[in-house]
Amino acid sequence: MEPIIIEGTPKTPSVKFDASEGIFEIKGRSIPENSVEFYKPLNEWLDNYMQIPLDKTVVNIRLEYFNTSSSKCILDVFKRLEAIHKSKHDVEINWFYEEDDEDMLEAGEDYDSIIKVPFKMIEIVE
Amino acid sequence: MSFDLENLVSDLDIRGAVLYFKGNVDSEIINKALDLVEGKLLATRETPRIRKKVYNVLVESLQNLYHHADLVPRGYHASRPDRYGLVVMEKLGKGYRVTTCNFVSAVHVRELEEKLTRINRSSPDEIKELYKEILNHQEITEKGLGGLGLLDIARKTGHRIDFRFRKYDNNNTAFRLTALVATE
Repeated sequence: MEPIIIEGTPKTPSVKFDASEGIFEIKGRSIPENSVEFYKPLNEWLDNYMQIPLDKTVVNIRLEYFNTSSSKCILDVFKRLEAIHKSKHDVEINWFYEEDDEDMLEAGEDYDSIIKVPFKMIEIVE
Repeated sequence: MSFDLENLVSDLDIRGAVLYFKGNVDSEIINKALDLVEGKLLATRETPRIRKKVYNVLVESLQNLYHHADLVPRGYHASRPDRYGLVVMEKLGKGYRVTTCNFVSAVHVRELEEKLTRINRSSPDEIKELYKEILNHQEITEKGLGGLGLLDIARKTGHRIDFRFRKYDNNNTAFRLTALVATE
């Protein structure tokens, strides 16, 4: 599978999904007006990856900001990862949040309570 | 004197505002407003925690206008009828106040009022659970998720959302929404 590599913009995150390494990363800001348009190709790529996942997939989410329309799209990403986890493959989600950013920590905890995949909350100390 | 959305913010300090905009809230205007406010916030001594909260509330407020402002009434002066609104952000002693105004079709007023009343009557834990419920079970549309933006503003501010309606004509109502990010 060809990896997905997208440069970040002031409103959309950088993305690196590499099926050969099993390491996926979403980083930066996700505040576009139309999040569905941005996340659709990512979720389609994951639909293909789900057919032949690696034994272990690690997902790093390092978001500075995200809007509510992105929150649903990110949940859709996680639901695909949950399906991979259910098919007896290791999946680990690392949710990074900046020191004192309790809102970002809470957002990660929201997902952790919805998605049945091991979540690790990682505080970034400046 | 004819009605203008500015009539709804006559009690605010518009001239001293961090941000003031009235017009069509398109993607480019949102970018400019966010850039401007981010720059101004960085020049303050606010903690990253407060800066982020203010920025987040502003994002949701502007995108609420972008997605949910109904068309301006016929006869009301606007360069384009869609996505028309007014946004004011002020720095007060107690925090940052973000106010948006827009038109709402009369048929949508009751639903919006009920949504906001429910949010304001809910405890922080209830708001959190409602947020997760909508996030997990509602389908997303091109306008986003029903009411999630308002719930997010309520969660991030921890304050009740102030709102008021003013009838414009039989089919249109002017709507004002105010959120406060406290710095104390």
